[in-house]
Amino acid sequence: MPDRLIYYIPLALFCVLSIYLGIGLTLDPKALPSMLDGKPVPAFKLPPVKNRDNRGFSNTDLIGTVSLVNIFGSWCAACRIEHPFLMELATEKKIIIHGIDWREENPNAGGNWLKRYGDPYSLVGDDPYSKAAIAFGVTGAPETFLVDKKGIVRYKHTGPLNRKIWTNLLSPMIEKLQIRKGS
Amino acid sequence: MIAELGHFTLILALSVALIQAFFPLLGAQKGNNVWISLAPPAAIFQFLLVSISFACLTQLYITSDFSVVNVAKNSNTAIPMIYKVSGVWGNHEGSLLLWVLILSIFGSAVAYFGNNLPPDFRARVLSVQSMIAIGFYTFILFTSNPFERIIPPPINGRDLNPLLQDPGLAFHPPMLYLGYVGFSMAFSFAIAALIEGRVDAAWARWVRPWTLAAWLFLTGGIALGSWWAYYELGWGGWWYWDPVENASFMPWLAGTALLHSATVVEKRDSLKGWTVLLAIITFSLSLLGTFLVRSGVLTSVHTFATDPTRGVFILGLLIFVIGGSLVLFAWRGPKLINTGFFQPISREGALLFNNLGMITATAAVLLGTLYPLFLDATGGGKISVGPPFFNAVFIPIMVPITIAMAVGPFLNWKRADLIPAFSRLKFALTLALIMTALTWVWQKNGPMAATLGMGLAVWLGIGTLSELATKLHLFRSPIGAWYRIKRLPRHKWGMSLGHLGFAIAIAGMAGAGGWTKESIQVMQPGETVTVAGYDFRFIGANHIRGPNYTSVAGKFIITQEEKLITTLVAEKRTYLVTDTLTTEAAIHTMLSGDLYAVIGDSEGKTGAFVTRLYFNPLVVWMWIGTLVMVFGALISLTDQRYRIGAPKRGRKVTVITAQ
Repeated sequence: MPDRLIYYIPLALFCVLSIYLGIGLTLDPKALPSMLDGKPVPAFKLPPVKNRDNRGFSNTDLIGTVSLVNIFGSWCAACRIEHPFLMELATEKKIIIHGIDWREENPNAGGNWLKRYGDPYSLVGDDPYSKAAIAFGVTGAPETFLVDKKGIVRYKHTGPLNRKIWTNLLSPMIEKLQIRKGS
Repeated sequence: MIAELGHFTLILALSVALIQAFFPLLGAQKGNNVWISLAPPAAIFQFLLVSISFACLTQLYITSDFSVVNVAKNSNTAIPMIYKVSGVWGNHEGSLLLWVLILSIFGSAVAYFGNNLPPDFRARVLSVQSMIAIGFYTFILFTSNPFERIIPPPINGRDLNPLLQDPGLAFHPPMLYLGYVGFSMAFSFAIAALIEGRVDAAWARWVRPWTLAAWLFLTGGIALGSWWAYYELGWGGWWYWDPVENASFMPWLAGTALLHSATVVEKRDSLKGWTVLLAIITFSLSLLGTFLVRSGVLTSVHTFATDPTRGVFILGLLIFVIGGSLVLFAWRGPKLINTGFFQPISREGALLFNNLGMITATAAVLLGTLYPLFLDATGGGKISVGPPFFNAVFIPIMVPITIAMAVGPFLNWKRADLIPAFSRLKFALTLALIMTALTWVWQKNGPMAATLGMGLAVWLGIGTLSELATKLHLFRSPIGAWYRIKRLPRHKWGMSLGHLGFAIAIAGMAGAGGWTKESIQVMQPGETVTVAGYDFRFIGANHIRGPNYTSVAGKFIITQEEKLITTLVAEKRTYLVTDTLTTEAAIHTMLSGDLYAVIGDSEGKTGAFVTRLYFNPLVVWMWIGTLVMVFGALISLTDQRYRIGAPKRGRKVTVITAQ
């Protein structure tokens, strides 16, 4: 009787769930989940930040050079802590940094913030409705993605960047990526 | 000696549980009255044994007996007494002991107060309770023994996690557990009913108070946790869609659905299979919640992997309890025949709509919480799902539910008409539209969701009050209404207060989520920063010393248009044993919003500090709303229906159609 089968649906769903939980147990968990690791950057096209430029920022901009994509927002306190270091990186010209201005409630806030504290970014896209942020799987700001010449995410860092993380982790990775010609 | 006594009584409790799980159930099947009558005393005995065991662990903490690993890891001689006691459940092993203690309290309550239950039914319920308890006892005894000794004992303990040294979080876990474990009652009743193959109005009446009590504690527990996050994490936020929060939120959503569908079973003898399934789901999510929080299947995956036996045991237990009950449901569920039928537009229809919404919301939260695991398990890599996903999915589901919440109580059972309901809601609709328009004008740059939230809050709040006024004939005969207030059944008050509280909480959430003003800067002593019209003057910071921490305390004087509002002292504490930092935000609560100040690192030698200043509008309404909801549940719990004259099983319950 098909009516009776309905009563098996919850059981069937739970079976699927427990198989996943079982597989989950056998996996070796990494301390920091680095989402798109080794995957191409999701497609996105963001408008420019008001009072900055008229260019905007999209995933196609990431092809050709190794770059960092930094998620920030004027509302984010940790970004404010991170910001001086990004400024240092920008003056040292070690790498191109792009920005995604995330969840600004006031359209002027991002541009004003960059005027006030300095602008280390090459391109900046405005993402008030988390369109790109959801695609990237952003959990909070600041977050930084290392993207290679082909536009593939190589590393994700959660939380503010600093000199230590740069010298020990990012810089060696970037050097390797830049040496690999054509890749 | 005390540790060994605690260990021993726990082993004894396990043996009593084994007897209680087996004989009463068999007795109920075979009609053996002696075995049936074994259940209540066994449940009470179990409670006594677990209480002794729990008291032993508490005593070990109070006397700082560091020869016990658990105490050495989670306590210290320097911490205040209250945190020595709360340290008992501030760790994995101790919290599991608290879990079984609460389970045994509920079990003995059924044994003691359940005299109006048919003995064989009570025996089955207690037997199912005991099976759950066996799972937990064995888990504690084999993988998480809180009474383990260490030789040689350390001179002092490693201190309780400083984040937990806080009055809000000291009582958050017990509240939450009272909720989680309380749903085990609904679960046991559901399983017992499936075994009997019968669910009726009387069953719903027994289940409802337990569910209501569990819901009440869970609501309080979640609010306490949220409040803690608000003042302790120092970011001005109160909900982060963190897996741990989701773990407590999912049983709340499913439990809310259960509360509503149980009403349909009670009044209309319908939705039986669905209600039983909800009872199973709610408790299953509570179990999942317990493990997600304490063992960190998802959150801190690495702590879990260090002890694979625990992981395997947990999964086994989940499969046994949830899988087993779902097998029983698939097998026996079709036997539950609904006799009450209803049109889609009716009170039942509205309650079912609520149920579907709540379950969709639960599924969305579950999916978001487990998605990283799914993806990882299929080789899709590791990702984390953040607040943007949850907000984008969850809010649209809640909007129609909230709209329907105001309409539902106006609808008749069985078959209803929407037009008269809406005509009674005209006033609420008008006010809601006015509110939305005013908010929109006032906060043009704010997010649309918050503006709509304010409108929804007014719609639901006024709609609920209109329904109450209609029921009391407040406008038709105001004098008679006074008498009707007293005669209105308490569960109706409970419903109205519950919905009203929810409306108030929505307003708070909209305000706090939408229009928070904040300012982050370096401040020199004497400097003033203005946030949302309030002038925060930074007086300076000094060092103070607590019992087990040192602290930098920054003082702010807040004025508005030269008038003194308050002084705030925000602290940044360094706990000495573990060398960890905590922020203690300084908060001044007003009905219009909270003034919120946090002090960060010092900058340079001039006494300047990084400060974060916030104005969080309407936050207090969230807590008020929650209190109203909890109060509503309390009122409903004291309804006479659940105390005296609880009907005998199988008696035909006459159905009174409202209005």
